Amino acid sequence: MKFGYSITKDRQIDFDRNDKRIADYVREHEPSFKTCISCGSCSATCSAANFTDFSFRKIQLLVRRGETNEVKEEIKKCMLCGKCYLACPRGVNTRNVIIQINQAIEKIERHDI
Amino acid sequence: MNKKVIVIGGGIAGMESSAHLAALGYDVTLLEKTDKLGGHLLNWEKLFPTMRMGKEVVTFLNEGVEKGKVDVIYNADITKTSEENNGFSIILSNNKTLNADALLVTTGYDLFDASKKEEYGYGIYNNVITSAELEEKFLTGNKITTSDGKTPKRIGFVHCVGSRDEKVGNTYCSKVCCVTAVKQSIEIKEHLPDVEVYCFYMDLRMYGMHFEALYRESQEKWGVNFVRGRLSEACENMDGSILVKVEDTLAGKPMKMSVDLLVLMVGFEPSAGTKKIGNLLNLQFGVNRFFKTADQHTLTNVSNIKGIFFAGTCTGPKTITNTITDARAAASTIANYLSGHEIDNRVMTSDIKSSL
Repeated sequence: MKFGYSITKDRQIDFDRNDKRIADYVREHEPSFKTCISCGSCSATCSAANFTDFSFRKIQLLVRRGETNEVKEEIKKCMLCGKCYLACPRGVNTRNVIIQINQAIEKIERHDI
Repeated sequence: MNKKVIVIGGGIAGMESSAHLAALGYDVTLLEKTDKLGGHLLNWEKLFPTMRMGKEVVTFLNEGVEKGKVDVIYNADITKTSEENNGFSIILSNNKTLNADALLVTTGYDLFDASKKEEYGYGIYNNVITSAELEEKFLTGNKITTSDGKTPKRIGFVHCVGSRDEKVGNTYCSKVCCVTAVKQSIEIKEHLPDVEVYCFYMDLRMYGMHFEALYRESQEKWGVNFVRGRLSEACENMDGSILVKVEDTLAGKPMKMSVDLLVLMVGFEPSAGTKKIGNLLNLQFGVNRFFKTADQHTLTNVSNIKGIFFAGTCTGPKTITNTITDARAAASTIANYLSGHEIDNRVMTSDIKSSL
């Protein structure tokens, strides 16, 4: 039955309800993650970003906000080349952040965290 | 007999503190390593946020040095220092010995060597220059051109070169580069109204009075563009223009852009003189390699050695306004020390263990 209107999905970040386990895990296992200032030098130098919408800067932010569904898809595009690590002015070990995010996702799926 | 103060460094901090110490009745000797007073300010044409000529400030400060009858020693090269019964003696390379009851260190900063940030191509590509080199063009009245003499159509300014960057070992903000980029953008537009200007920044730190107004003017009146993203690299196109790679973080996409001239906003580092004098006098350096003051809030002109004081950018990046204020504060602090006034005996008690 059509009522002539549709329901638009809420696009707010629901911070109170979102799952911040990945962020907590990464903060613990790669503390340099905490110092990111979202300057974008990582994503500017990223080989994957030229051809896909992969952005380390965006991923780290999604992780912090607990937008984990988006993260799971996005993160597959990283090739772990580590160029971003060279560019980062805050010395964030970006490569290891990606590895830790992947581990956190796996652990969540196995109900380890 | 009057008490004597030796001021080491004839930049703007040394000049203004010398004038004030002289006005307070002390015999002041100002040591300058070059043959001119004024330091870095001699290399800047106009000053933010008023666009006043830098030389007007130098003239004002010079008048203080002259009226105060400050004894200025030019081309001074300090080879040795020693501490003796509540005073200091300084030996210059011409074997002249000077004595003083207090020392004021005003040895300032050096600009960051942009070639250390190799990925930005300074010293490799001809059309990558520093903010200081652009200023020199303004000062000498040289035309703003690309390396092959053409009028640029688009110019980029890169903020935070050698500042807020662990990879070059400078984690601090140099404080003046943001607003200097805005100032120089406006001047570029004054010289070349048809040029497009893009500033690449991480944060715009417009903290000073009227800085925000200048930023707004650059957008409103001059059409300067701002892109929020830190450059990852710059490379050269076939025609000698510079291709910058940056993420437009607000659009959320990596961006490439060609500019005819790329200006690197170089930050502050402790000067070679600051390192040398610090080592000679056993002064303590802080985490950022500038001098460590006895307290960050209160004892801002006081060193780790009794009778030796600091002013200006040898303790960290400062604007001209802040440097002149700091110079006067140092003169007043030294006067309290030399007159033995009891306000000089205050110490900062603290529960926190700060390494700063």
